[in-house]
Amino acid sequence: MASHDAHAPAPLGGSLLTPVTFVLGLLAAIAGVILVYRFIYGLGAVTNINDGFPWGIWIAYDVVVGSAFACGGYALALLAYIFNKGEYHPLVRPALLASLFGYTLAAVSVIFDLGRWWNFWHIFWPGYAQVNSVMFEVAVCISAYVLVMWIEFSPAFLDRLGMGELKKKLSKVLFFFIALGVLLPSMHQSSLGSLLVVFGNQVHPLWQSGWLLPLIYLMTAIMLGFAVVIFEATLSSVGFKRQMETPVLAQLCKIMYGLLIAYLVVRVGDLAVRGAIGSAFSASGEALMFWLEMLCFIVPVIILGSQAARNSAAKLFVGAVLLMLGGMLLRINGFLVGYETGEGWHYFPSFPELMVTVGLIAFEILAYIIIVRKFPVLPATQPATR
Amino acid sequence: MDQLLIDETHQAASSVERRLGLSRREFMQFCAATAATLGLPAGAEAAIAKAVEKAKRPSVIWLHFQECTGCSESLLRAEHPTLEKLILDVISLDYHETLMAAAGHQAEAAKKAAMEANKGKYILVVEGAIPTKENGIYCKVGGRTALELTKEAAANAAAVIAIGSCASWGGMPSTGPNPTGSSGVAEVLGKPVVTIPGCPPNPYNFLATAVHFLTFGKLPEIDSLGRPKFAYGRIIHEHCERRAHFDAGRFAHEFGDEGHRKGYCLYKLGCKGPETYANCSTIGFGDVGESNWPVACGHPCIGCSEKGVGFAKPIHATAQLKGMSPPASYPNVVEQQGKTSFASMAALAAIAGAAAGGAAMLAKNVGKQDAAGQGKEGQ
Repeated sequence: MASHDAHAPAPLGGSLLTPVTFVLGLLAAIAGVILVYRFIYGLGAVTNINDGFPWGIWIAYDVVVGSAFACGGYALALLAYIFNKGEYHPLVRPALLASLFGYTLAAVSVIFDLGRWWNFWHIFWPGYAQVNSVMFEVAVCISAYVLVMWIEFSPAFLDRLGMGELKKKLSKVLFFFIALGVLLPSMHQSSLGSLLVVFGNQVHPLWQSGWLLPLIYLMTAIMLGFAVVIFEATLSSVGFKRQMETPVLAQLCKIMYGLLIAYLVVRVGDLAVRGAIGSAFSASGEALMFWLEMLCFIVPVIILGSQAARNSAAKLFVGAVLLMLGGMLLRINGFLVGYETGEGWHYFPSFPELMVTVGLIAFEILAYIIIVRKFPVLPATQPATR
Repeated sequence: MDQLLIDETHQAASSVERRLGLSRREFMQFCAATAATLGLPAGAEAAIAKAVEKAKRPSVIWLHFQECTGCSESLLRAEHPTLEKLILDVISLDYHETLMAAAGHQAEAAKKAAMEANKGKYILVVEGAIPTKENGIYCKVGGRTALELTKEAAANAAAVIAIGSCASWGGMPSTGPNPTGSSGVAEVLGKPVVTIPGCPPNPYNFLATAVHFLTFGKLPEIDSLGRPKFAYGRIIHEHCERRAHFDAGRFAHEFGDEGHRKGYCLYKLGCKGPETYANCSTIGFGDVGESNWPVACGHPCIGCSEKGVGFAKPIHATAQLKGMSPPASYPNVVEQQGKTSFASMAALAAIAGAAAGGAAMLAKNVGKQDAAGQGKEGQ
């Protein structure tokens, strides 16, 4: 794309050891130690999951929310390649990198949560796999997507690894992988909603939207993808002292805003039609969490309403953070807070469990920093001068 | 041409109707059920139907020795649609002491005649153990010993089937100290025979074996003890409906306790399912469904079909586990329903607070930077 040569990606350079990377590394190391302990002594020794809540935050956050947060690459690829909006092209590579980490770690953290983790390959093995299960769809689709993303992203590191030939060959067939990279997340992000369909009445009416769940999860995944791109672009502008990309982000925000309105219509419409809206006004923990979640979606509607507001980097950032929080709460509420398997069962993550999740996030950010400093990911720009 | 075919089919169906006194539909149901018991592939029922339809029925000589007639009884009591009609008409039962109308010398003469007329073609079925001590004087029919009668009838038989545990390996009469020297048919004849052990065995195991012979001209595949593999190829425990309780470590410890009333595994009450080869847990008894068999009724299996187990081991003695080992650990009886950890609550609150603070600070800085940038652009 000749018109984007000015924004051709280039390594950032700079020191790898800073106070920030040191703290991130420390947190990741703590998670690593806890995981070693978990693999030796089992899930019960580390987590608070029990027979009533066989899935804790390692699934609800690390996998379900984690993969939704990693939808930036998907959402931008959808926009740049399917709707042919070339102006978003400089954003694709950094977004893809974040997605790559998000998804790879989501896929890996499934193994942390498997009691008999050494059997994980069964799901890919014809005689063992249950091909009619939603879990099968999610597992195969996510692993396929992780693979596709590594291929999509490989032009960024093939050069550096001295495999220019391969890069040239790959660029001819890359369109195929890009198409897959849009198809696969559409499939499994909606299937993550289908998991709740399978849970049936164990899920609180406020989050049991039945056959609309796949749509709700897909819509929020794309929306979160845009929000994450805004969030990351802002963070890297501040963190790496680069120029703000506010104009292009404002355009992106406009699309996200439209999606947000459509989502709220579907969500509230569904609650009203199913008659579940009443339970939002009861005095319960579920109702409180529901309003918290809704607030995270409604406040951005107000603060990002005008074009002027969308041109403000601060408002863009706050709106994106709120949407991310809302999407996270929607998933946590559906999978944990609004999930009830019988009287007496309850779940709250243990401290080591929490630290593993924190460590994973830290590892993700750390790896992102290292890669953008060493490999051509971010578009080359002048440092912001003030 | 077409008319001719239809006529033929009608003829065959009506011949079965006349001969067996049952509708074609019932007849085909019997054939299909038999094929299923044998584990034969789809389409086998057609071959069975053809074989059964043939007017020529194999002659069967049925001998009774040290036994209770329970095997014959269970065959007759099987209330599968018109089973008794089929077993009596599919085969030509030429000698059966309990069922035949003839008595005394007349009966013995009928047997002799049948054996001569069908030399080398009849099926010999033996029910009951054969006493061997003191030349077998402990069991006589018509003045001749069981030993003698068995050897005589087996000499010209096309196939020998031992029905019930007694005929298979001695059964209950051979229980120590075994004063009469009761033995199974194979032991007496000195050659392997087909055995259908059980006390009584499931009638369909016998029927399926007989129909297999009728259809394919040979007996079904058997194991080293002469048992048809389709029925005795697996231990009862493998397909027991209480198996999940065994795997989870939920046992009844005495009759009538909570576990017993809840349908837990009967292993600790002495169930011999883990060391007994039979299909009781899959086909059930009495034609009322798979749930009608001793274990389903709450009584441990006594291993009646297994030599060295049934009538040998005490009923309360626990079974020796064959081909499996118990899991290394069992779940707790009462599972903890979830823990609450204040440390993690505090940590979560701290993380949320730090994240919110960080985001707010960042937004503020971004706002300033943005304003400065826009101001510069304006200049």
